[in-house]
Amino acid sequence: MNHRIAFKTIVIKEIFRFVRIWPQTLLPPAITTALYFLIFGKLIGDRIGMVNGATYMDYIVPGVILMSVISHAYANVVSSFYSTKFQHNIEELLVAPVPNWVILGGYVTGGIVRGLLVGLVVGLIAQIFDDIAIQNWWITLSVAFLTATLFALAGFINAVLAESFDDISIIPNFVLTPLSYLGGVFYSVTMLPPIWQTISIGNPILYLVNAFRYGFIGISDVDIGLAYTMIGSSIVIMTLISLYLLHKGTGIKN
Amino acid sequence: MKALSIRNLRKTYNNGFEALKGIDLDVEVGDFFALLGPNGAGKSTAIGIISSLVNASAGSVSIFGHDLHSDRTQAKTCIGLVPQEINFNQFDTVKNILINQAGYYGLPRKLALQRTELCLKQMDLWEKRDTVSRRLSGGMKRRVMIARAMVHAPKLLILDEPTAGVDIEIRRAMWKMMEAVNQQGTTIILTTHYLEEAESLCRNIAIIDQGKIVENSDMSSLLAKLQVDHFVMDLAQPLAAAPQIDGFKMELLTDKSLAVAVPKQSGLNQLFSELTQRNIQVISLKNKTNRLEQLFMDLVDAKTAGSQP
Repeated sequence: MNHRIAFKTIVIKEIFRFVRIWPQTLLPPAITTALYFLIFGKLIGDRIGMVNGATYMDYIVPGVILMSVISHAYANVVSSFYSTKFQHNIEELLVAPVPNWVILGGYVTGGIVRGLLVGLVVGLIAQIFDDIAIQNWWITLSVAFLTATLFALAGFINAVLAESFDDISIIPNFVLTPLSYLGGVFYSVTMLPPIWQTISIGNPILYLVNAFRYGFIGISDVDIGLAYTMIGSSIVIMTLISLYLLHKGTGIKN
Repeated sequence: MKALSIRNLRKTYNNGFEALKGIDLDVEVGDFFALLGPNGAGKSTAIGIISSLVNASAGSVSIFGHDLHSDRTQAKTCIGLVPQEINFNQFDTVKNILINQAGYYGLPRKLALQRTELCLKQMDLWEKRDTVSRRLSGGMKRRVMIARAMVHAPKLLILDEPTAGVDIEIRRAMWKMMEAVNQQGTTIILTTHYLEEAESLCRNIAIIDQGKIVENSDMSSLLAKLQVDHFVMDLAQPLAAAPQIDGFKMELLTDKSLAVAVPKQSGLNQLFSELTQRNIQVISLKNKTNRLEQLFMDLVDAKTAGSQP
């Protein structure tokens, strides 16, 4: 059995899905982030001055890009897989000889592609407002890829466990968005009072944003090695949880 | 080798409901097999387990000699499923639905396109290939599901109430399509509530009730067990009451319509002779119910009565 063809089929289907509805998937982040860059980066940022040796615009661009990668990698998988469950299309895959790891890989790859594509769109928008230079391409690309993978997996788990459309909006609205805004996208944690600096250490998005920022401008509030370890171990754990849920048939088999 | 072999299959759901209580079933290669049962009898659970949509609690399923547990990929490759409910992506085109399904079964793109064309033509849907599926009629959607199930050329096609909710003309056209698929060598398992459908299409039959197989034989042997035929007669003149004739149970449905139960050993000649002696003229005669339907009701009723305390 050629699982490569099954994998390719799922990935192509997923990419066509979000490209076909580009006004809902690719256009909104371009407009939202353009407003971020205009208001926070230019109008307010010019009055803020330097942050850790970088202009405020240079400082926020990596965080805003990564925030888009996170939300869109997550949103793609959670909405697509839950809709597949809701319409019972998932039965097409369950009846066919497609192993669980191919199903997981296909959906997660779709999420990664959308996350990175949105990240690229936001990066190009940022280029309009600022002269973006990347100091370390390897760190920048690897952190973007690993972050998209991590949140695509998280979206998959959310979709598997969700029993209603409300369930797929709770995590993005009440967990991901607050953690992103409090994850050092718009400020350095060194600017916070000590107690909030300590609390921020528990926010995983802080590590991702700072590792990504390090790739752009060489500035980070956290240890880069620790950030990679955290992302890598989280990916392994979430992959194992996803495969376990598929094996048990949680939420997808009677 | 059997197309399908089930041994001691059990399923208990999380809420404690025991849907299957250890069923054994064999389906021969090339057969057109009916799996019947009232709602909630366990047939959908059985089909769900065979097609990997439901996890079994115990027992084994073997498809063309491949064990569904230990040789899962090969076993699944042999199956095509047409489920009860429409379950394809309603925003996708007919052609894409089939091409994607072929991809899940590992068919290379070129072969997938060839098989898609063949199956859509066989189901008389080729002209609709670029139509978004939600715009199709109910009958066409049913045919899309059959075409999708056949796109990887399965050896065993499972049809779970494929003609539910379609009009008689489309239903009869679908029967012809199913017969053609079976004649090409595909083994078919059919569940249906239209017992006329099972009687005319299927050669062998199993009836499942309350999680157990209550009957499993060939269709002609099963029909031979029917001891009484039920007819409805239209009369030329109205009657005030049903006539009393020894050996025949009669009931007046309307003043010009008479229901009669005819034991096999008595036959219709004796009945007509008795009616003629009473100056009762019969204009027309028809079966009150389909023969299989009557037998099915007798079996299920007997089982239900037997299970009551």
